[in-house]
Amino acid sequence: MATTDARPTTRPSGALSVREGIARQYDYWLTVYKRTWRGGVANSFVTPLFYVLAMGVLLGGFIEGDPDRLEGATSYLAFIVPGLVAAHAMTIAVSETTYPVMGAIKWHKTFFAQLATPLAVRDLVNAFLCFVVFRIASACAVFMLVLAPFGVFETWWGPVLAWVSQVLVGSAFATLAFGFSARLKSEEGFGLLFRLGVLPLTLFSGAFFPIANLGPVLEWAARLTPLWHGVSLSRMLCLDTVDWSLAALNAGVLVLLCVVGWRWAVTGLDKRLEV
Amino acid sequence: MISARGLRKSFGDFEAVKGIDVDVRRGEAFGFLGPNGAGKSSTMRMIASVSPVSSGELRILGMDPATDGPAIRGRLGVCPQEDTLDNELNVFDNLYIYGRYFGIDRATCRDRAHELLEFAQITDKAKAKVESLSGGMKRRLTIARSLINSPDLLLLDEPTTGLDPQARHVLWDQLFRLKQAGVTLVITTHYMDEAEQLCDRLVVMDKGLIAAEGSPRELIDAHSTREVAELRFGVGEHEALADKVEDLGERVEVLPDRLLVYSDHGEEVVTAVLERGLHPIATLVRRSTLEDVFLRLTGRSLAD
Repeated sequence: MATTDARPTTRPSGALSVREGIARQYDYWLTVYKRTWRGGVANSFVTPLFYVLAMGVLLGGFIEGDPDRLEGATSYLAFIVPGLVAAHAMTIAVSETTYPVMGAIKWHKTFFAQLATPLAVRDLVNAFLCFVVFRIASACAVFMLVLAPFGVFETWWGPVLAWVSQVLVGSAFATLAFGFSARLKSEEGFGLLFRLGVLPLTLFSGAFFPIANLGPVLEWAARLTPLWHGVSLSRMLCLDTVDWSLAALNAGVLVLLCVVGWRWAVTGLDKRLEV
Repeated sequence: MISARGLRKSFGDFEAVKGIDVDVRRGEAFGFLGPNGAGKSSTMRMIASVSPVSSGELRILGMDPATDGPAIRGRLGVCPQEDTLDNELNVFDNLYIYGRYFGIDRATCRDRAHELLEFAQITDKAKAKVESLSGGMKRRLTIARSLINSPDLLLLDEPTTGLDPQARHVLWDQLFRLKQAGVTLVITTHYMDEAEQLCDRLVVMDKGLIAAEGSPRELIDAHSTREVAELRFGVGEHEALADKVEDLGERVEVLPDRLLVYSDHGEEVVTAVLERGLHPIATLVRRSTLEDVFLRLTGRSLAD
């Protein structure tokens, strides 16, 4: 509901530091994690493994491993893995910040209960996103470790940095989707987000094929998507084909999206919970 | 504890609270009585420092909610109208985790949670899922949760709405005990019996304004007679018969299902009605309640 009130701009007395605000919710998120990690394993690990087997190994068997046509990869599996993990980071991020955010607002009213304590909206968003980032980081780490024996990584340090880039792209999507969910009145909007947002991004942002195949116009459109920046960074690092100026651009865009997304999430939830 | 001057709350063009003055003193049980939509809950949310004041002045525990929100909330207990318990946590964790939000250390949180389970008489449900609790138990758990930080001021928004009579009495008993322990209570309710039972002082709210203020006794003395004779006639007859009994009391109210004749001597009214050859289907003489005060002040019953 729109109100005519102005929020104070100064930091209120008794407001918690960022660290303290998150620390006070640690036990809550630990309990949530203990309850949900089993389901998370299936979603965040088994499903993408199927993709790797079906697309990377089996479908990839039909594709010639030409480094010139596969952005430097010597096999289709090596090409697809870094992009697949980045796309996977996005999927986890969006799943964890859509229905769960709406649930905390609309169904379980968790946020309302939490706001009756010294915690502020900013603290709720921070702790929530920390949990989501942890989920993304752990899922991607396990995934990358399992893939290591397949011989798809060129160096030892590349995949480590690639993992950081996957967490970064996941974080960017988590903040943006949180902001979207906080503003959404009905869960029907999530169907559109997944069908018209997540799915096309997964398919056309360079995870499954080089975006050069899209033709000049669509190729540039693909370059503008946040996921492409994550896929590009993750792939260059895994294949040891890093163009550092492009890598800086990719990382810069993702960091910027995290900052903008965080702001969007906080303002969205602040407005939504104001009664 | 609370001081409000010209307090207002608007949502766009709609003004839910239209300028009220309220003072709540330490250790008292203070009530906001009024029908749904009177502005009680909006007022409570401003006091709870989660909803910004649109205009006017509000001080809670000597602080300004606009600048000291977190500090105020740290010393409040809030029992909201709708249950906001975490259904996915068990009963004990609902208390324990909530305590952690206030920055209470883990050991103290655990001790306090056990004490409160006992207070709420749900110790045997400590490991149960919230979903399995009855409505009354959930309410008691919500109140227990609001006490986890040993608040100076406890806000209860419609604490017994939707509970059966027995559950209400258990809850009232607990609120009494809190009051005796010196906790300041602020209660909103649309149940007049609840307000009479629990409140030392109250304001009657209607359409965003305060219609009257005082102790339940003072309000009844000031705005109603000692007794009320309730006369029930056949359907649709009440309006027409009102004229015939008007002179028997200080005032007559016509309700859809009965006539209320206000007089200090209710039995005499009933006798006089029968002497006039009128034959009500049922009669009842009772003491005036806050419901009568509300009817007098607003021309509507609380259930409207």
